[in-house]
Amino acid sequence: MNRTTKDIIIKGLTLTSVLLILFIITGILAVVIIGGWKHLTWEFITQFPKEGMTKGGIFPAIVGTGIMTLVMTIAAVPFGAITAIYLAEYASESSVVAKTIRFAVKTLAVVPSIIFGLFGLGFFIKFVGLNIDRIFNQGALHWGQPNILWASLTMALLTLPIVIVSVEESIRTVPKEMREASLALGATKWQTIKKIVLPGSSTGILTGTILAISRGAGEVAPILFTGAAYYLADLPSKMSDQFMSLGYHIYIMSTQSTNVDDTLPIQFATTLVLLILTFSLSMIAVILRYRIRKKAKRS
Amino acid sequence: MKEQKETKVHVQDLSVFYGDNKALNNICMEIPDKKVTAFIGPSGCGKSTFLRSLNRMNDLIENFRIDGVVDIDGINIYDKSIDVVNLRKKVGMVFQKSNPFAKSIYENVAYGPRINGITQKSKLDEIVESSLKQAAIWDEVKDRLGYSALSLSGGQQQRICIARTLAVSPDIILMDEPASALDPISTSKIEELIHDLKNSYTIIIVTHNMQQAARTSDITAFFYLGELIEMDKTRTIFTNPAKKQTEDYISGRFG
Repeated sequence: MNRTTKDIIIKGLTLTSVLLILFIITGILAVVIIGGWKHLTWEFITQFPKEGMTKGGIFPAIVGTGIMTLVMTIAAVPFGAITAIYLAEYASESSVVAKTIRFAVKTLAVVPSIIFGLFGLGFFIKFVGLNIDRIFNQGALHWGQPNILWASLTMALLTLPIVIVSVEESIRTVPKEMREASLALGATKWQTIKKIVLPGSSTGILTGTILAISRGAGEVAPILFTGAAYYLADLPSKMSDQFMSLGYHIYIMSTQSTNVDDTLPIQFATTLVLLILTFSLSMIAVILRYRIRKKAKRS
Repeated sequence: MKEQKETKVHVQDLSVFYGDNKALNNICMEIPDKKVTAFIGPSGCGKSTFLRSLNRMNDLIENFRIDGVVDIDGINIYDKSIDVVNLRKKVGMVFQKSNPFAKSIYENVAYGPRINGITQKSKLDEIVESSLKQAAIWDEVKDRLGYSALSLSGGQQQRICIARTLAVSPDIILMDEPASALDPISTSKIEELIHDLKNSYTIIIVTHNMQQAARTSDITAFFYLGELIEMDKTRTIFTNPAKKQTEDYISGRFG
């Protein structure tokens, strides 16, 4: 076989695998859209499930996912951003502390999500929650059971590595010369971080936040034991309430259905809602990231 | 040597190390007040390291270590009681590559005064205007102070950086090859500016360009391999140097 033929074959192979991936993605999307499009109405988005969840909408699951995502973001982003600032600005590359944190972050990023769920159950509910009840509620079960707070915090742990990595990366795109210029003018390190480094990397912080949100919004495993509910007649009104979630709702619809013919369209439409939600968040993140890269190249 | 009152910076037995590598060896030097002092020498001779020792920018480098004394106005800047932040307000620095912040022209110049706690708009306006005028760029930018400083040409950016340094009213201005990345016209503007500024400031400039040292400075110091070889009036250095190495360097025999 001569070298030109080899080249053509390799090119053909790579092209085939790209097309295959495109085909699979388009296929998945097509199935979900065709199956769910008709069912995706205003009523579906704004109503509670009805008649043993064979009719009605998914309003509480949308609200539940929204609240969970919000609390998760409030917990994960400041914590992650501060860690990233430490890693990028304060820790020396060779220090044991920085190396340990980096190792921990990398490890955290590859832990299966169900493990986070088990950890949340063991730590937040059985340890923190039960002890709060023991001390403040005379043992009455209040915080020592699954709820939206513990689920959100568990999810925050899952998304923490994403926040840390993307914020640190964007802090590093701020050129060293900018820091030197600021310090040479008599700024303190913190003034330099606050006025030069963080504004220069705000898009990156935003990207990290959005990526974390879109990851967290779609995950199910971490909230299985920590707060997600099968069905609730009311929206959660306090942090110790359980909640319904889009991802978990899909799981229920496909495994616990009493009437498959009725629930199949609901299942597709719920999937479509979740996909639209996470896709649009990811798209925003991709666009922001592209703009950061362009900026980093310029400087 | 000169009388004490004319000396701004007094350096005694200064050695600088990066890890095990000795970058400067036992430098002794007196830098006069309100004059332009130029440091020349081939790349890697330690002149930039020495310059950065004068406002403690070297502190940012890991494994950096220093021996000896650097007195500015009679105070050792490496003393434990010295606040580096205050030192850097007094000893400003202009870098080789112009490095304006990704902010407006106005905000670049107002940055120093703002971090020093000046918030009054009229006061800031005043400082921005006088600094830009001193840096000889006011006429070029006065109608677009709100524009990004990054929209300016390289030479203009460098003068914005000088204005930004002037805005914190330093005594001493360190310039690390301030014109090496600029075209000849911008370079001559910077040189004129240095000439205008020396009545009010003590200026220390590192340069690769010997004509620039000859044109702009009153005193020239020649560094070679981490040693201060010779320091004298610029005219003497360029016409009648005492050391053979200095003569070889300025006549272009090495470097």
